[in-house]
Amino acid sequence: MTDQHHDHDDEHNHHPEAPSDVAARTLALESLLIEKGLLTSEEVDRVISAYEHDIGPMIGAHLVARAWLEPDFRELLLADAPAAVRERGYEYRAETRLVVVANQPGIHNMIVCTLCSCYPWMVIGLPPTWYKSAPYRSRAVSEPRLVLLELGLELPDEVEIIVWDSSAELRYMVLPERPDGTEGWTEEELAAIVTRDCMIGVARPQVPRMAVTG
Amino acid sequence: MNEIDPAIATLDGKAALPRKNGELVFQAPREGRAFGLAVALNEKRAYPWNEFRVQLVTEIAGGNPDYYENWLGALETVLINRRIVTEDGIRRRASEYRALKRDPVF
Repeated sequence: MTDQHHDHDDEHNHHPEAPSDVAARTLALESLLIEKGLLTSEEVDRVISAYEHDIGPMIGAHLVARAWLEPDFRELLLADAPAAVRERGYEYRAETRLVVVANQPGIHNMIVCTLCSCYPWMVIGLPPTWYKSAPYRSRAVSEPRLVLLELGLELPDEVEIIVWDSSAELRYMVLPERPDGTEGWTEEELAAIVTRDCMIGVARPQVPRMAVTG
Repeated sequence: MNEIDPAIATLDGKAALPRKNGELVFQAPREGRAFGLAVALNEKRAYPWNEFRVQLVTEIAGGNPDYYENWLGALETVLINRRIVTEDGIRRRASEYRALKRDPVF
């Protein structure tokens, strides 16, 4: 139509498509709640992004923190990881086996999938891009010490590195060592320093400097 | 604060959040918005999470296969029951969006 038709709603012509009923109800609810001062759009954005991206490592981090606090739970986690996951109230529906390997003085574990990108997503979410890259997959096995160094983790020569190759049937997760300076911390506080990379075995939990000196 | 609440992350059974490889999946912006609204209100203690969860299970039991439509229905019911919004208020506002009297942008 060459002759533009304008009616009293013309200021909305740049959005010609009416939302579906459900979408309109969602918009309605959000706008009403914002008007009542109960929340802001930015808060909703933040929630969505936090859950979309951080939901995975949360379970693994809590398992690690609990294992640091309770020797019995540590034993269960290392002997039967799915049982330990369920014991903490999380679901474990995957048919894949999950084995947790513990770092100890003189022994450092890291995980890789040399064939593809098998990863313990049921406890630590989705793998980072580098985990799926060809160089990591081959070099984690051939020169793990150098790979760790490149990823920012320098291990003394006397520390033995064990590389665990994941498969479709069997996934590994690393139980890092509890760092010094965390005495008296709660499970929440401990879980907060257990990152995804710690459970892949390419990083160690870091204690914020404030917490050490303060 | 980007705290993840385990009670939300581990909704189970039929109420379990739709996921792919462990990550949440939103198939449309409105699904993410509905999720974000319920979780943000819970963080602000607008209602106990369990009240929402029970209502969600009830909605799902109604047989509608659209998970986030059930989610939205549960949220509406909880907020109406708590007199935070009214059914009529939602209906009127939604019809304004459908009629493009308001900008339908997520």
